[in-house]
Amino acid sequence: MLRYSTRRLLTMIPTLIAISVIVFVIIQLPPGDYLESHIATMQAQGESIDQKKIEFLREQYGLDQPMWKQYLDWAFGFMQGDLGYSFEYDMPVNDVIGDRMFLTILISVVTIVFTWLIAFPIGIYSATHQYSWGDYGLTFIGFIGLATPNFLLALVMLYFANVYFGTSIGGLMDPRFIDEPMSREKLFSILEHLWIPVIVIGTSGTAAMIRRLRANLLDELGKQYVTTGKAKGLPPGKLLRKYPLRMALNFFVADIGNLLPSIISGAEVTAVVLSLPTTGPLLIASLQSQDMYLAGSFLMFLAILTVLGMLVSDLLLAVLDPRIRLQGSISK
Amino acid sequence: MKQSTPRHFVSEEPFDPYSVEKLSKDQESLYLASQWRLMWWKLKKHRLALISGFILLLFYLVAALAEWFAPYDLHTRTRFIHAPPQAIHLFHEGKFIGPFVYGYNFKLDMNTLKREFSPDKNKIQPIRFFCSGDAYRFWGLVESRFHFVCPSADTLKYDPGIDSLNPTPAYSFISKPQAGELFLLGTDRLGRDLLSRIIYGSRISLTIGLVGIAVSFFLGIVIGGLAGYFGGWVDALVQRLIEVLRSFPEIPLWMALSAVLPVTWSPLLIFLGITIILALLDWTGLARAVRSKLMALREEDYCTAAQLMGAKPGRIIGRHLLPGFMSHLIASASLSIPGMILGETALSFLGLGLRPPITSWGVLLNEAQNINVVALYPWLMLPVVPVIVIILAFNFFGDGLRDAADPYKN
Repeated sequence: MLRYSTRRLLTMIPTLIAISVIVFVIIQLPPGDYLESHIATMQAQGESIDQKKIEFLREQYGLDQPMWKQYLDWAFGFMQGDLGYSFEYDMPVNDVIGDRMFLTILISVVTIVFTWLIAFPIGIYSATHQYSWGDYGLTFIGFIGLATPNFLLALVMLYFANVYFGTSIGGLMDPRFIDEPMSREKLFSILEHLWIPVIVIGTSGTAAMIRRLRANLLDELGKQYVTTGKAKGLPPGKLLRKYPLRMALNFFVADIGNLLPSIISGAEVTAVVLSLPTTGPLLIASLQSQDMYLAGSFLMFLAILTVLGMLVSDLLLAVLDPRIRLQGSISK
Repeated sequence: MKQSTPRHFVSEEPFDPYSVEKLSKDQESLYLASQWRLMWWKLKKHRLALISGFILLLFYLVAALAEWFAPYDLHTRTRFIHAPPQAIHLFHEGKFIGPFVYGYNFKLDMNTLKREFSPDKNKIQPIRFFCSGDAYRFWGLVESRFHFVCPSADTLKYDPGIDSLNPTPAYSFISKPQAGELFLLGTDRLGRDLLSRIIYGSRISLTIGLVGIAVSFFLGIVIGGLAGYFGGWVDALVQRLIEVLRSFPEIPLWMALSAVLPVTWSPLLIFLGITIILALLDWTGLARAVRSKLMALREEDYCTAAQLMGAKPGRIIGRHLLPGFMSHLIASASLSIPGMILGETALSFLGLGLRPPITSWGVLLNEAQNINVVALYPWLMLPVVPVIVIILAFNFFGDGLRDAADPYKN
């Protein structure tokens, strides 16, 4: 187990390096840099520019340096917790991000738990009652969830939550709780707002997971050991719990790797519609204004989040499945 | 002892030693059928996939002939701003008239400044079919005015007092300038017919999936083929690359890439750029499938034979190995089209994808970004209906196609 874990951890390093290179290239792709476009807008508006500040920033962030040096500066800074400077907000990226990253993680985790809670029983029901009306109905609902664009669902649910439950529109808590210390009312308000994004983001992932769980469990149910168990006279519930379900569980854990990128994707779009204080709205704004370090940090964080999620899923899988633990390779 | 005659039945007919191996007509056609024909037979049994395929065909037909199907031109503005959808009626007060719509009564609510439209039972506007309406250039080439459906040219006015001698109410045509209107799905904030815009938008939304899948198909086959055939460090490199790409959350990366596209680009270039961006992340799944298949197939005897005869790798991959699982590849590729369509919709919705004047379903939905729309003009969210239908159809069709392409499945 230890050997496997270390190996798995070590393979993460080249992956993260490659990701950081890609992220850096992407944020450097637009022609010119933020300072240039900033100067242009200021001049167009006839305002004077603080030449000293521009010079300072250019030097501080090495915008006049060759590309590879900029990358190294950025990457090493990132590792030491210095995420760079947000030109748009005029302050270090660390301060801009604040607890947005934490809220993104919170929403993602809650969504994953929600997805599991919904997908697991439905997947089992669908597989054990194959081709029944319940199976068809649930599969159909799942498909609808898969096909409906997240953002529109978010909009509609926001509206109905406002009309029927009086939930304030947008945000993750009632406006009067912002900047207040955590209290029971604030927590309640957060919970009241949290369920909308969780359901909205969860729908597509849930549908996909139900389908995969159903297919996997069906494969297991068709195997001979199940027939043997039945012939021995095991009660159906016990038979299901003891054997095929445990096999299907493996894949269920392995699926975090697939689930997490899609949940984070969905979270970004949904956050824009719901104006959640997560990374989504800021990421878009920073991409549009070429605020490169802010955008780069967000992209990097989201990628790290998925890589870590996959790590957790692989390690869990190794705990569950001795074949992986002992051979030291993942069979996919 | 009396010699008994053997009690065997002996057929009088001449003996044909191959009679057992002779195939019935059905069997013969089954054994001689090509791979694609077998797939078609299996697909035919899959009811849902067949229906989905039919729906897809229908959508693509409408997209191809958008100019004919749309009652208005893409950019025609009318004075009806945010008008709600009209209903099609057949009878007016028990009298059969044929398909018609009621014209609008317009009122400005002075308290909320909301435009309020209500159907005016006095304005009867029969729908015209195979008619002449807004002028357009078919596919940008041929000028024409032909439409399948047009708004009525004149309003059929219900007027009880026109003939005092005749007690029964009469219908009379008021001629122009009071031309009718036909907004079956309502209008947007510039008074443009939503139905026409959805029909025109299908052109972009539907092709983006196909072009994207073509690009990612090409990338997947080339990269996956190289990795699978050569193995070794090429394979290791490609594997790492795929791993890295897959660990990116798709939409943030798409957003970052499409933010790179210069604002000054022409709409067509933007369209191509977005398609390529969508394809750039999508090829990984296909490449994996190609790679694992090639790894197994390159050990086969026929592959060795081809190598011994001096065939180059390109020819072996393209001529001998790929055709073996091409049908399967196409089937799984069709399953990733819906993801691309949804991706375009999401990007355009966020304002990072296509921009007006290009019209796609995502661009149309961009107008529904505001919560007011849900409350006041819910019909502006209607472009989501074709999105859902097309994605369901692609999913079911792709599933059926994949089952049909699997030779081990009955």
